[in-house]
Amino acid sequence: MEKRIRVLVAKPGLDGHDRGAKVVARALRDAGFEVIYTGIRLTPEQIAEAALQEDVDVVAMSLLSGAHNTLFPKVVAVLKEKGAAGKLIIGGGVIPEADIAGLKAAGVSEVFTPGTPTSQIVEYIKANVK
Amino acid sequence: MQIVEELLNGSRVALARAITAVENEYDEAVDIMRQLYSHTGRAHVIGITGPPGAGKSTLTDKLAKEYRNLGKTVGIIAIDPTSPFSGGAILGDRIRMLDLTLDEGVFIRSMGTRGSLGGLSRKTSEAVKILDAFGKDVIFVETVGVGQSEVDIIKTADTTLVVLVPGLGDDIQAIKAGILEIGDVFAINKADREGADRLQIELNAMLDLNQEHMDWRPPIKRTVANQSEGISELVETLEEHIAYTHKSGGLELRRTQRTKSELLALLHEHLSRRILGKLDDAGQFETLVASVERRERDPYSVVGQILNDLMK
Repeated sequence: MEKRIRVLVAKPGLDGHDRGAKVVARALRDAGFEVIYTGIRLTPEQIAEAALQEDVDVVAMSLLSGAHNTLFPKVVAVLKEKGAAGKLIIGGGVIPEADIAGLKAAGVSEVFTPGTPTSQIVEYIKANVK
Repeated sequence: MQIVEELLNGSRVALARAITAVENEYDEAVDIMRQLYSHTGRAHVIGITGPPGAGKSTLTDKLAKEYRNLGKTVGIIAIDPTSPFSGGAILGDRIRMLDLTLDEGVFIRSMGTRGSLGGLSRKTSEAVKILDAFGKDVIFVETVGVGQSEVDIIKTADTTLVVLVPGLGDDIQAIKAGILEIGDVFAINKADREGADRLQIELNAMLDLNQEHMDWRPPIKRTVANQSEGISELVETLEEHIAYTHKSGGLELRRTQRTKSELLALLHEHLSRRILGKLDDAGQFETLVASVERRERDPYSVVGQILNDLMK
Protein backbone atom coordinates (compact mmCIF):
# COMPACT_ATOMS: atom_id res chain seq x y z
CA MET A 1 0.00 0.00 0.00
CA GLU A 2 1.30 3.41 -0.88
CA LYS A 3 1.87 5.96 1.81
CA ARG A 4 -1.07 8.24 2.57
CA ILE A 5 -0.29 11.80 3.52
CA ARG A 6 -1.63 12.39 7.02
CA VAL A 7 -2.62 15.88 8.11
CA LEU A 8 -3.66 17.12 11.54
CA VAL A 9 -6.19 19.92 11.25
CA ALA A 10 -6.43 21.84 14.49
CA LYS A 11 -7.64 25.12 15.91
CA PRO A 12 -5.47 26.45 18.70
CA GLY A 13 -6.61 28.90 21.30
CA LEU A 14 -9.88 30.52 22.21
CA ASP A 15 -11.64 30.66 18.89
CA GLY A 16 -14.82 28.77 18.17
CA HIS A 17 -15.15 29.41 14.47
CA ASP A 18 -14.25 26.23 12.66
CA ARG A 19 -16.09 26.49 9.37
CA GLY A 20 -12.96 27.36 7.48
CA ALA A 21 -11.06 24.50 9.12
CA LYS A 22 -13.83 22.08 8.18
CA VAL A 23 -13.84 23.28 4.57
CA VAL A 24 -10.08 22.75 4.40
CA ALA A 25 -10.39 19.33 6.09
CA ARG A 26 -12.96 18.28 3.54
CA ALA A 27 -10.85 19.53 0.62
CA LEU A 28 -7.83 17.62 1.92
CA ARG A 29 -9.94 14.48 2.29
CA ASP A 30 -11.12 14.87 -1.30
CA ALA A 31 -7.48 15.18 -2.36
CA GLY A 32 -6.87 11.71 -0.88
CA PHE A 33 -5.23 12.74 2.40
CA GLU A 34 -6.03 11.28 5.79
CA VAL A 35 -7.19 14.17 7.92
CA ILE A 36 -7.16 13.90 11.68
CA TYR A 37 -9.60 16.54 12.78
CA THR A 38 -9.28 17.61 16.39
CA GLY A 39 -11.78 20.42 16.73
CA ILE A 40 -11.61 23.73 18.51
CA ARG A 41 -9.91 25.33 21.53
CA LEU A 42 -6.76 23.28 21.71
CA THR A 43 -3.59 24.16 23.54
CA PRO A 44 -0.27 23.98 21.65
CA GLU A 45 0.65 21.00 23.87
CA GLN A 46 -2.49 19.13 22.86
CA ILE A 47 -1.87 19.82 19.18
CA ALA A 48 1.75 18.72 19.35
CA GLU A 49 0.94 15.57 21.31
CA ALA A 50 -1.87 14.60 18.92
CA ALA A 51 0.48 15.19 15.97
CA LEU A 52 3.08 12.96 17.64
CA GLN A 53 0.67 10.09 18.37
CA GLU A 54 -0.92 10.24 14.94
CA ASP A 55 2.51 10.51 13.27
CA VAL A 56 1.17 13.06 10.80
CA ASP A 57 3.21 14.56 7.99
CA VAL A 58 1.53 17.93 8.23
CA VAL A 59 0.17 20.07 11.05
CA ALA A 60 -2.37 22.53 9.66
CA MET A 61 -3.60 25.16 12.08
CA SER A 62 -6.34 27.69 11.62
CA LEU A 63 -6.70 30.73 13.77
CA LEU A 64 -8.91 33.79 13.66
CA SER A 65 -8.42 35.19 17.14
CA GLY A 66 -5.17 37.07 16.57
CA ALA A 67 -3.02 34.92 18.84
CA HIS A 68 -1.14 33.29 15.95
CA ASN A 69 2.18 34.96 16.76
CA THR A 70 2.24 33.18 20.13
CA LEU A 71 0.45 29.91 19.42
CA PHE A 72 1.86 28.80 16.05
CA PRO A 73 5.53 29.07 17.11
CA LYS A 74 4.65 27.40 20.42
CA VAL A 75 3.41 24.30 18.56
CA VAL A 76 6.65 24.19 16.56
CA ALA A 77 8.65 24.44 19.79
CA VAL A 78 6.67 21.77 21.66
CA LEU A 79 6.97 19.36 18.72
CA LYS A 80 10.73 19.83 18.84
CA GLU A 81 10.78 19.30 22.62
CA LYS A 82 8.90 16.04 22.20
CA GLY A 83 11.32 14.81 19.58
CA ALA A 84 8.70 14.96 16.84
CA ALA A 85 10.10 17.82 14.78
CA GLY A 86 10.36 17.69 10.99
CA LYS A 87 6.68 17.90 10.23
CA LEU A 88 5.40 20.41 7.71
CA ILE A 89 3.68 23.17 9.66
CA ILE A 90 1.18 25.38 7.90
CA GLY A 91 -1.19 28.06 9.17
CA GLY A 92 -4.28 29.78 7.97
CA GLY A 93 -6.93 32.24 9.01
CA VAL A 94 -7.05 35.95 9.55
CA ILE A 95 -3.35 36.68 9.63
CA PRO A 96 -1.96 40.12 8.78
CA GLU A 97 0.55 40.23 5.95
CA ALA A 98 3.05 41.87 8.29
CA ASP A 99 3.13 38.85 10.63
CA ILE A 100 3.89 36.24 8.00
CA ALA A 101 7.64 36.74 7.79
CA GLY A 102 7.94 36.33 11.56
CA LEU A 103 5.87 33.15 11.53
CA LYS A 104 8.03 31.69 8.78
CA ALA A 105 11.15 32.52 10.76
CA ALA A 106 9.60 30.62 13.69
CA GLY A 107 9.21 27.44 11.63
CA VAL A 108 5.78 27.81 10.02
CA SER A 109 6.38 26.85 6.40
CA GLU A 110 3.49 28.67 4.79
CA VAL A 111 0.53 30.83 5.73
CA PHE A 112 -2.73 30.84 3.79
CA THR A 113 -4.97 33.84 4.24
CA PRO A 114 -8.72 34.08 3.52
CA GLY A 115 -9.65 33.72 -0.12
CA THR A 116 -6.94 31.12 -0.85
CA PRO A 117 -8.42 28.37 -3.04
CA THR A 118 -8.21 25.03 -1.21
CA SER A 119 -6.54 23.54 -4.29
CA GLN A 120 -3.56 25.78 -3.58
CA ILE A 121 -3.21 24.28 -0.08
CA VAL A 122 -3.44 20.77 -1.53
CA GLU A 123 -0.76 21.51 -4.12
CA TYR A 124 1.48 23.08 -1.50
CA ILE A 125 1.24 20.02 0.75
CA LYS A 126 1.87 17.61 -2.13
CA ALA A 127 4.92 19.58 -3.19
CA ASN A 128 6.40 19.94 0.27
CA VAL A 129 5.78 16.72 2.18
CA LYS A 130 8.89 14.63 2.14
CA MET B 1 16.78 -2.15 15.27
CA GLN B 2 16.63 1.27 16.83
CA ILE B 3 12.90 1.91 16.60
CA VAL B 4 12.09 -1.31 18.46
CA GLU B 5 14.58 -0.54 21.19
CA GLU B 6 13.24 2.99 21.62
CA LEU B 7 9.67 1.74 21.66
CA LEU B 8 10.43 -0.82 24.34
CA ASN B 9 12.12 1.94 26.32
CA GLY B 10 8.91 3.93 26.28
CA SER B 11 9.35 6.35 23.36
CA ARG B 12 5.96 7.50 22.12
CA VAL B 13 7.56 8.84 18.93
CA ALA B 14 8.91 5.36 18.17
CA LEU B 15 5.52 3.86 18.98
CA ALA B 16 3.81 6.25 16.54
CA ARG B 17 6.37 5.52 13.82
CA ALA B 18 6.08 1.76 14.26
CA ILE B 19 2.33 1.94 13.69
CA THR B 20 2.91 4.05 10.59
CA ALA B 21 5.38 1.48 9.27
CA VAL B 22 2.82 -1.28 9.64
CA GLU B 23 0.04 0.83 8.20
CA ASN B 24 2.00 1.78 5.09
CA GLU B 25 3.61 -1.66 4.78
CA TYR B 26 7.10 -0.20 4.87
CA ASP B 27 9.91 -2.70 4.35
CA GLU B 28 10.95 -2.50 8.00
CA ALA B 29 7.42 -3.37 9.22
CA VAL B 30 8.01 -7.12 9.16
CA ASP B 31 11.23 -6.76 11.14
CA ILE B 32 9.52 -4.55 13.69
CA MET B 33 6.73 -7.06 14.19
CA ARG B 34 9.19 -9.95 14.39
CA GLN B 35 11.09 -8.31 17.17
CA LEU B 36 8.05 -7.11 19.07
CA TYR B 37 6.11 -10.35 18.94
CA SER B 38 7.63 -11.88 22.04
CA HIS B 39 6.64 -8.80 24.03
CA THR B 40 2.93 -9.15 23.17
CA GLY B 41 0.07 -11.05 24.72
CA ARG B 42 -0.26 -9.16 27.98
CA ALA B 43 -2.88 -6.51 27.23
CA HIS B 44 -6.63 -6.87 27.58
CA VAL B 45 -8.04 -6.00 24.16
CA ILE B 46 -11.57 -4.61 24.14
CA GLY B 47 -13.35 -4.16 20.82
CA ILE B 48 -16.08 -1.54 20.72
CA THR B 49 -18.58 -1.77 17.93
CA GLY B 50 -22.08 -0.59 17.12
CA PRO B 51 -23.97 1.59 14.68
CA PRO B 52 -22.81 5.10 13.77
CA GLY B 53 -24.03 7.65 16.25
CA ALA B 54 -24.27 5.17 19.12
CA GLY B 55 -21.69 7.17 21.04
CA LYS B 56 -18.78 4.76 20.74
CA SER B 57 -16.10 7.47 20.91
CA THR B 58 -17.61 9.22 23.89
CA LEU B 59 -18.02 5.90 25.65
CA THR B 60 -14.43 4.93 24.83
CA ASP B 61 -13.27 8.25 26.28
CA LYS B 62 -15.12 7.62 29.55
CA LEU B 63 -14.06 3.99 29.80
CA ALA B 64 -10.44 4.99 29.26
CA LYS B 65 -10.70 7.56 32.06
CA GLU B 66 -12.21 4.97 34.38
CA TYR B 67 -9.38 2.53 33.64
CA ARG B 68 -6.88 5.34 34.25
CA ASN B 69 -8.49 5.91 37.65
CA LEU B 70 -7.90 2.25 38.35
CA GLY B 71 -4.22 2.80 37.60
CA LYS B 72 -4.13 1.07 34.20
CA THR B 73 -2.51 2.42 31.06
CA VAL B 74 -4.63 2.61 27.93
CA GLY B 75 -4.17 2.41 24.18
CA ILE B 76 -6.93 3.38 21.77
CA ILE B 77 -7.24 2.63 18.08
CA ALA B 78 -10.08 4.56 16.50
CA ILE B 79 -11.11 3.51 13.02
CA ASP B 80 -13.04 5.68 10.57
CA PRO B 81 -14.04 5.04 6.97
CA THR B 82 -11.86 5.93 4.00
CA SER B 83 -13.58 7.51 1.01
CA PRO B 84 -13.90 4.94 -1.78
CA PHE B 85 -13.59 7.77 -4.30
CA SER B 86 -10.63 9.87 -3.20
CA GLY B 87 -8.88 7.45 -0.84
CA GLY B 88 -8.91 10.24 1.73
CA ALA B 89 -10.52 10.17 5.14
CA ILE B 90 -11.58 12.40 7.96
CA LEU B 91 -10.62 10.76 11.21
CA GLY B 92 -12.61 12.64 13.81
CA ASP B 93 -12.89 10.45 16.88
CA ARG B 94 -10.13 12.24 18.77
CA ILE B 95 -12.47 15.21 19.15
CA ARG B 96 -14.33 13.29 21.81
CA MET B 97 -11.16 12.24 23.59
CA LEU B 98 -9.34 15.55 23.89
CA ASP B 99 -8.83 15.37 27.66
CA LEU B 100 -6.91 12.15 27.17
CA THR B 101 -4.39 13.70 24.80
CA LEU B 102 -2.06 15.01 27.48
CA ASP B 103 -2.37 11.98 29.76
CA GLU B 104 0.93 10.17 29.31
CA GLY B 105 -0.72 6.89 30.21
CA VAL B 106 -2.95 7.05 27.15
CA PHE B 107 -2.03 6.71 23.48
CA ILE B 108 -4.66 7.31 20.80
CA ARG B 109 -4.19 6.44 17.15
CA SER B 110 -6.69 7.03 14.35
CA MET B 111 -6.76 4.69 11.36
CA GLY B 112 -8.63 4.89 8.08
CA THR B 113 -10.12 1.72 6.58
CA ARG B 114 -8.16 2.39 3.38
CA GLY B 115 -10.40 0.37 1.14
CA SER B 116 -9.76 -3.16 2.27
CA LEU B 117 -11.52 -4.39 5.36
CA GLY B 118 -9.54 -7.62 5.39
CA GLY B 119 -6.26 -5.76 5.13
CA LEU B 120 -7.41 -3.37 7.78
CA SER B 121 -8.09 -6.09 10.28
CA ARG B 122 -4.51 -7.32 9.93
CA LYS B 123 -3.08 -3.84 10.31
CA THR B 124 -5.35 -3.18 13.25
CA SER B 125 -4.23 -6.31 15.01
CA GLU B 126 -0.61 -5.39 14.33
CA ALA B 127 -1.20 -1.92 15.78
CA VAL B 128 -2.77 -3.63 18.80
CA LYS B 129 0.32 -5.78 19.18
CA ILE B 130 2.56 -2.73 19.00
CA LEU B 131 0.59 -1.00 21.78
CA ASP B 132 0.66 -4.25 23.73
CA ALA B 133 4.44 -4.55 23.40
CA PHE B 134 4.74 -0.90 24.43
CA GLY B 135 3.13 -1.97 27.70
CA LYS B 136 -0.45 -0.73 27.55
CA ASP B 137 -2.67 -2.66 29.98
CA VAL B 138 -5.95 -2.14 28.18
CA ILE B 139 -6.36 -1.54 24.45
CA PHE B 140 -9.60 -0.34 22.95
CA VAL B 141 -10.32 -0.88 19.28
CA GLU B 142 -13.20 1.30 18.21
CA THR B 143 -14.58 0.04 14.92
CA VAL B 144 -15.77 2.03 11.97
CA GLY B 145 -19.36 1.59 13.02
CA VAL B 146 -20.95 0.43 9.81
CA GLY B 147 -23.15 -1.80 11.91
CA GLN B 148 -24.55 -5.14 11.02
CA SER B 149 -21.70 -6.65 9.07
CA GLU B 150 -18.81 -5.13 10.99
CA VAL B 151 -17.96 -8.29 12.87
CA ASP B 152 -14.25 -8.61 12.11
CA ILE B 153 -13.47 -7.09 15.46
CA ILE B 154 -13.93 -10.41 17.25
CA LYS B 155 -10.81 -11.65 15.51
CA THR B 156 -8.80 -9.04 17.40
CA ALA B 157 -10.60 -8.52 20.70
CA ASP B 158 -10.57 -10.50 23.96
CA THR B 159 -13.84 -8.84 24.89
CA THR B 160 -16.31 -7.37 22.42
CA LEU B 161 -18.53 -4.57 23.63
CA VAL B 162 -21.53 -3.84 21.45
CA VAL B 163 -22.98 -0.36 21.89
CA LEU B 164 -26.59 0.21 20.95
CA VAL B 165 -28.91 3.19 21.21
CA PRO B 166 -32.68 3.40 21.56
CA GLY B 167 -34.68 4.35 18.53
CA LEU B 168 -32.90 2.52 15.72
CA GLY B 169 -34.98 -0.02 13.87
CA ASP B 170 -37.64 -2.48 14.92
CA ASP B 171 -37.35 -5.79 16.73
CA ILE B 172 -36.46 -7.79 13.61
CA GLN B 173 -33.08 -6.02 13.74
CA ALA B 174 -32.43 -7.78 17.00
CA ILE B 175 -32.68 -11.28 15.59
CA LYS B 176 -30.67 -10.74 12.41
CA ALA B 177 -27.18 -12.12 12.27
CA GLY B 178 -24.29 -9.76 12.80
CA ILE B 179 -23.13 -7.56 15.61
CA LEU B 180 -25.74 -8.87 18.01
CA GLU B 181 -24.14 -12.28 17.88
CA ILE B 182 -20.63 -11.13 18.63
CA GLY B 183 -21.21 -9.14 21.82
CA ASP B 184 -19.71 -10.36 25.07
CA VAL B 185 -21.10 -7.31 26.82
CA PHE B 186 -23.81 -4.94 25.63
CA ALA B 187 -24.22 -1.29 26.48
CA ILE B 188 -27.40 0.62 25.82
CA ASN B 189 -25.98 4.11 25.51
CA LYS B 190 -28.03 7.31 25.58
CA ALA B 191 -30.23 5.31 27.93
CA ASP B 192 -31.98 8.50 29.04
CA ARG B 193 -33.76 8.50 25.70
CA GLU B 194 -37.19 7.15 25.00
CA GLY B 195 -37.19 3.54 23.93
CA ALA B 196 -34.37 2.33 26.20
CA ASP B 197 -36.69 -0.01 28.11
CA ARG B 198 -38.06 -1.54 24.93
CA LEU B 199 -34.58 -2.01 23.49
CA GLN B 200 -33.48 -3.75 26.67
CA ILE B 201 -36.48 -6.10 26.60
CA GLU B 202 -35.87 -6.99 22.94
CA LEU B 203 -32.19 -7.47 23.50
CA ASN B 204 -32.83 -9.69 26.50
CA ALA B 205 -35.26 -11.79 24.50
CA MET B 206 -32.73 -12.18 21.72
CA LEU B 207 -29.92 -13.13 24.09
CA ASP B 208 -32.11 -15.71 25.81
CA LEU B 209 -32.57 -17.43 22.47
CA ASN B 210 -28.85 -17.61 21.91
CA GLN B 211 -27.53 -21.06 22.71
CA GLU B 212 -23.88 -20.36 21.98
CA HIS B 213 -23.21 -18.29 25.07
CA MET B 214 -24.73 -20.70 27.55
CA ASP B 215 -22.16 -20.21 30.28
CA TRP B 216 -21.63 -16.51 29.69
CA ARG B 217 -24.90 -14.76 29.17
CA PRO B 218 -23.85 -11.35 27.81
CA PRO B 219 -24.88 -8.74 30.35
CA ILE B 220 -26.64 -5.56 29.26
CA LYS B 221 -25.57 -2.31 30.91
CA ARG B 222 -27.16 1.09 30.56
CA THR B 223 -24.99 4.13 30.09
CA VAL B 224 -25.32 7.82 29.37
CA ALA B 225 -21.73 8.34 28.28
CA ASN B 226 -21.79 12.12 27.95
CA GLN B 227 -23.01 12.36 31.55
CA SER B 228 -20.52 9.68 32.72
CA GLU B 229 -23.45 7.56 33.93
CA GLY B 230 -23.06 3.81 34.21
CA ILE B 231 -19.36 3.86 33.31
CA SER B 232 -17.86 2.26 36.40
CA GLU B 233 -20.52 -0.47 36.30
CA LEU B 234 -19.66 -1.11 32.66
CA VAL B 235 -15.94 -1.37 33.47
CA GLU B 236 -16.75 -3.85 36.25
CA THR B 237 -18.67 -5.96 33.76
CA LEU B 238 -15.85 -5.84 31.21
CA GLU B 239 -13.47 -6.96 33.95
CA GLU B 240 -15.83 -9.77 34.94
CA HIS B 241 -15.84 -10.94 31.34
CA ILE B 242 -12.08 -11.06 31.11
CA ALA B 243 -11.90 -12.86 34.46
CA TYR B 244 -14.45 -15.34 33.20
CA THR B 245 -12.57 -16.01 29.97
CA HIS B 246 -9.37 -16.56 31.96
CA LYS B 247 -11.07 -19.01 34.29
CA SER B 248 -13.08 -20.91 31.68
CA GLY B 249 -10.21 -21.29 29.26
CA GLY B 250 -12.18 -19.29 26.72
CA LEU B 251 -9.45 -16.71 26.39
CA GLU B 252 -6.87 -19.35 25.59
CA LEU B 253 -9.20 -20.84 23.02
CA ARG B 254 -9.85 -17.45 21.47
CA ARG B 255 -6.15 -16.67 21.33
CA THR B 256 -5.31 -20.03 19.81
CA GLN B 257 -7.91 -19.46 17.13
CA ARG B 258 -6.56 -15.99 16.59
CA THR B 259 -3.01 -17.24 16.19
CA LYS B 260 -4.25 -19.87 13.77
CA SER B 261 -6.17 -17.42 11.62
CA GLU B 262 -3.32 -14.94 11.68
CA LEU B 263 -0.91 -17.59 10.49
CA LEU B 264 -3.32 -18.65 7.77
CA ALA B 265 -3.92 -15.08 6.65
CA LEU B 266 -0.19 -14.37 6.49
CA LEU B 267 0.45 -17.58 4.61
CA HIS B 268 -2.35 -16.76 2.21
CA GLU B 269 -1.03 -13.28 1.61
CA HIS B 270 2.58 -14.33 1.10
CA LEU B 271 1.68 -17.28 -1.11
CA SER B 272 -0.47 -15.26 -3.45
CA ARG B 273 2.09 -12.48 -3.53
CA ARG B 274 4.84 -14.93 -4.40
CA ILE B 275 2.81 -16.74 -7.04
CA LEU B 276 1.69 -13.49 -8.63
CA GLY B 277 5.23 -12.19 -8.52
CA LYS B 278 6.48 -15.21 -10.45
CA LEU B 279 3.71 -14.97 -13.03
CA ASP B 280 4.24 -11.24 -13.43
CA ASP B 281 8.00 -11.64 -13.83
CA ALA B 282 7.44 -14.01 -16.69
CA GLY B 283 4.73 -11.75 -18.12
CA GLN B 284 2.41 -14.75 -17.91
CA PHE B 285 -0.44 -13.31 -15.93
CA GLU B 286 -1.77 -10.96 -18.61
CA THR B 287 -1.59 -13.75 -21.19
CA LEU B 288 -3.62 -16.01 -18.92
CA VAL B 289 -6.19 -13.28 -18.28
CA ALA B 290 -6.55 -12.71 -22.02
CA SER B 291 -6.99 -16.40 -22.80
CA VAL B 292 -9.65 -16.75 -20.11
CA GLU B 293 -11.40 -13.66 -21.36
CA ARG B 294 -11.49 -15.04 -24.93
CA ARG B 295 -13.02 -18.21 -23.46
CA GLU B 296 -10.12 -20.26 -24.84
CA ARG B 297 -9.44 -21.48 -21.35
CA ASP B 298 -11.45 -21.53 -18.14
CA PRO B 299 -10.28 -19.97 -14.86
CA TYR B 300 -10.56 -23.23 -12.92
CA SER B 301 -8.06 -25.14 -15.06
CA VAL B 302 -5.78 -22.10 -15.25
CA VAL B 303 -5.54 -21.94 -11.46
CA GLY B 304 -5.09 -25.70 -11.31
CA GLN B 305 -2.22 -25.49 -13.75
CA ILE B 306 -0.55 -22.59 -11.94
CA LEU B 307 -0.62 -24.53 -8.68
CA ASN B 308 0.60 -27.73 -10.31
CA ASP B 309 3.54 -25.90 -11.87
CA LEU B 310 4.38 -24.33 -8.54
CA MET B 311 4.25 -27.51 -6.48
CA LYS B 312 6.46 -29.47 -8.87
